[in-house]
Amino acid sequence: MRKPEFVYVTYIATTPEKLWRALTDERISEQFWFGYRVVSDWTVGSSFRLMQGDRIVTDEGVVLECDPPRRLSYTWKPTYEDMRHEAPSRVIFDIEPRNGQVKLTVTHEQFEEGSKVFESIRTGWPAVLSSLKSFLETGRALPPSWTEEHSTIIAAAAAKACL
Amino acid sequence: MTKGERDDLDSVFRALADASRRELLDRLHERNGQTLNELCARLAMTRQAVSKHLGILEEANLVATAKRGREKFHYLNPVPIHAIAERWIGKYERGRLQALADLKRGLEERDA
Repeated sequence: MRKPEFVYVTYIATTPEKLWRALTDERISEQFWFGYRVVSDWTVGSSFRLMQGDRIVTDEGVVLECDPPRRLSYTWKPTYEDMRHEAPSRVIFDIEPRNGQVKLTVTHEQFEEGSKVFESIRTGWPAVLSSLKSFLETGRALPPSWTEEHSTIIAAAAAKACL
Repeated sequence: MTKGERDDLDSVFRALADASRRELLDRLHERNGQTLNELCARLAMTRQAVSKHLGILEEANLVATAKRGREKFHYLNPVPIHAIAERWIGKYERGRLQALADLKRGLEERDA
């Protein structure tokens, strides 16, 4: 059996119900997911879309499992030019109450060999999930970390130029 | 800082304070998603010791696991280490630290 490529665990001081709502409500997701909205009626077999504004669909998929407030799973297929030829991968959210907090496990699997989508989610999920945790615990989301990463790349290039 | 957060931090530092456990994290950093058997094959530790260390790392949330069929795979979970860095490293220091780390690596490679 093939193993998942990406497994990530974070503990959040909230309730399973609030976490479930954050993961499935488009207006809430917009607040922590750097302006992206999750759009679906969350019925197994229905479509899932990640949208920017009202028109731009950045990811699309199909709802595979929906067991509130425990397990949510959908397929994931970015629409970006350099990624859209890849077969859809699969993301799973597992929610378990644990010592007054909630344990969230995000598993993302079934990527193609050498997948560009895997490279993008590997840095994307940690940023989204840190922002989700901050949003649920303090009411404040985090700024997207890729602007920070970008500044790191510039600093690194400057260091190389000094050699 | 709440008592829960203090306890979490204590368990992370306790877990990291052991060289064998750090070696296990290094192995997972090299190749993520290994079974207990795969980890044991490359380490001079008994299966019981590896299993016990993995339990402590999982308790500290430094290792996450996924079960598929009868196999259990172990993953390096960077969340608590990221939280520690966030606590003591400011947003604007990060770029400079990265540049210094790159400079050090570049100079050491050149001298090697």
